Amino acid sequence: MNLRLGRKATLIAVGLGGAALLGWLVMSQGPLAPTKVTVATVEQGPLVASTFGIGTVEARRSYALGPTLASRVARVLVDQGDVVKAGQLVAELDPVDLEERVASGRLAAERAGSTIRAAEAQLAETQSRAQVAVSAARRSADLRAQGFVSQEATDTKGHEANAAKAAVDASAAQLAAAQRDRDRALADVAGVGKLRAQARLVSPVDGVVSARLVEPGTTVVAGQAVLQVIDPASLWIKARIDQGQAGGVRVGQPAEIVLRSDPKRVYSGKVERVDWVSDAVTEERIVNVGFAERPAAVPVGELVEVTIRTADLANVRSVPTAAVKRVDRQDGVWQVSAGRVAFRPAKLGITTLDGRSQIVDGLDVGDAVVVHSERALQTEGKVTVVPAIVRAAP
Amino acid sequence: MINLAGRDILHGWGKFVFTGVGLGLLIGVTLSMAGIYRGLVDDGQALLGIGGADLWVVQRDTLGPYAEPSNVRDDAYRALLGVRGVAEAGNVTYLTMQVQHQGGDVRVMLVGFEPGHPGEPGNLVAGRPITRSHYEAIADERTGFRLDERIRIRRHEYTVVGLTRRTVSSGGDPMLFVPLQDAQEVQFLKDNDALVNERARTAANPAFNRPGVPGLLEAVQASQASSRTVNVVMLRLAPYTDETVVAREIRRWKHLEAYTRADMEEILIAKLIATSAKQIFMFLVILSVVSAAIVAFIIYTMTLNKVREIAVLKLIGARNRTIAGMILQQGLGLGAIGFIVGKTAATLWAPIFPKYVLLLPGDAVLGAALVMAICALASIVAIRAALRIDPAAAIGG
Repeated sequence: MNLRLGRKATLIAVGLGGAALLGWLVMSQGPLAPTKVTVATVEQGPLVASTFGIGTVEARRSYALGPTLASRVARVLVDQGDVVKAGQLVAELDPVDLEERVASGRLAAERAGSTIRAAEAQLAETQSRAQVAVSAARRSADLRAQGFVSQEATDTKGHEANAAKAAVDASAAQLAAAQRDRDRALADVAGVGKLRAQARLVSPVDGVVSARLVEPGTTVVAGQAVLQVIDPASLWIKARIDQGQAGGVRVGQPAEIVLRSDPKRVYSGKVERVDWVSDAVTEERIVNVGFAERPAAVPVGELVEVTIRTADLANVRSVPTAAVKRVDRQDGVWQVSAGRVAFRPAKLGITTLDGRSQIVDGLDVGDAVVVHSERALQTEGKVTVVPAIVRAAP
Repeated sequence: MINLAGRDILHGWGKFVFTGVGLGLLIGVTLSMAGIYRGLVDDGQALLGIGGADLWVVQRDTLGPYAEPSNVRDDAYRALLGVRGVAEAGNVTYLTMQVQHQGGDVRVMLVGFEPGHPGEPGNLVAGRPITRSHYEAIADERTGFRLDERIRIRRHEYTVVGLTRRTVSSGGDPMLFVPLQDAQEVQFLKDNDALVNERARTAANPAFNRPGVPGLLEAVQASQASSRTVNVVMLRLAPYTDETVVAREIRRWKHLEAYTRADMEEILIAKLIATSAKQIFMFLVILSVVSAAIVAFIIYTMTLNKVREIAVLKLIGARNRTIAGMILQQGLGLGAIGFIVGKTAATLWAPIFPKYVLLLPGDAVLGAALVMAICALASIVAIRAALRIDPAAAIGG
């Protein structure tokens, strides 16, 4: 009898054990298991709000040197990277016939000079002729008064004197015309000379040649750049910041700059300009950031990452950003009490780049909040708090 | 009254338990197959839950973005925000690609989303959400990426800042979430060689590289190097808004297609995963039939092995009810052991599967009921055979 009871007990024990195993499996492994969560407490401390953007290195002042007329490039005297001084000849365009036109103008001026000399000689001649005619007429008038010559002869002499004076006027006018001719020819020479000067491209500033765009022999149209010169002291960054994060950016805020070619080093800088016009298509704001100390060699157009400190909060409450959830269009956090969770709305402030969110209102220091969870939480859902859901990297 | 079944089992318990365990493993396989089927469907539903969207707005006349390619201009959301009832909108892109990781590569679905808008992964299991507008990523656990790891996607390096669980595409590829603009760039930007070739090709085209028009070539090349499309705009609606009304409004006036969650489920489950789900379901049916047949054979042969003992029982005057009860109890006991072993095995090996295996309690209950029913049915056949045994077989045999 005892033996039989023992067997029965064993059977029952095995059966109960099996059922218990099954029950434990169903409750701890499958969909009925409580959701694993991790928690953190609300902390008090300093927060630094920053905003992040990417941009390119640009020259604030960049000069595109090109001709004002369509012409062929004759010589390019400098190459990329060459340092140039203000006024230095950097390229020359083929003047085609400009030299000849200057020569032709000079010759025309010389010819005008000869004409002037001829006109002066002619004027001297007519003046002398007029002097003779005037004194002859005066003498004839004196003689007529004494009755030695006829009135007709006196009139003839008077007419000759008048004609000689008119000839003087004509010669003077011819001389003036010849002088104008020479002036015009000289002005022509000066004009063509200026055109000739335009064919010589000179650097407007002390700078560095950043691009050599065409080679000798190329024909360029008016306004097309032959060379580009930048002022290396004016290098800065044109950063694009998402409109959603650009709200706090102001001129003068400190920034950190990381060049793609040297990602280990952080350069310090400062916001120098915030564009008034935002890019409506990319929904980004253009912010220019200057280097505090300019890197030795920085290629224009290089990609950079810019982090701008927009606010420093000395002593505020904060939670990990992963804890902040949005339920029914309301921000807040989940809190655990007695193994179940409930949503608690909270008013949020800034979010830092390293993932902490400021709590303005709704939570106190030391309150525990759910940070990570295996799946989306439901109100009154069962949870178990674990140190970490994912095993840390070895 | 002594329990004949219990005594018989204890008499040869080793054989009985091993038969039960073998049967259990078979049941475990069947339950796992059911779990795989459920997991496939659940993956589809999980996919819809990731962004927290109420409406999916995609290219007109497409079943996008999961079942068909869809392209929407990325400024379409502005017009959609103007539709009555729409509270929030977020652009999202999807691209399935290989990402280099530790010498090998991982197949991922690259999801571009706007932080703070619909489309953002809701729950992290580690790390933090994306705070920078570029070069940060949140990865699904199954990618194998770890927190703070630097991964290279095309030409940029991204830092993994957060991890998620159960964020997979309908094909089971784990997701990798990156900021929208980075994702757009990845989607459009080819490798550098392709870019250089493309530029040369454009430069060789006389229509774009005319001598008298400086700057035209640069303008054309710049216009080629920008992508302004997304695959879907996810909308979240104001409370108490009828989503079908909003969807109709968008379809009619914005000339885009809008799907509600129910539509999306229909598309995903009825269209996208229909064939593979049916395939697995067919296999599940066959496996169940085979399992049932094996259970029946085992119980039947177990009874027939005891012909002599039953004949002795009959000879000493045992009632038919006693014999039938013994066989039935043994059958059900075998079923119970089998089910417990099967359920345990299925639960334990479920997490090892590369794709999600969802073991629903309802399925388990149904499975238990089916196992018991099959065992009972098989016992009846065995009982009929047992009752026909001639008591004389005990002495004559």
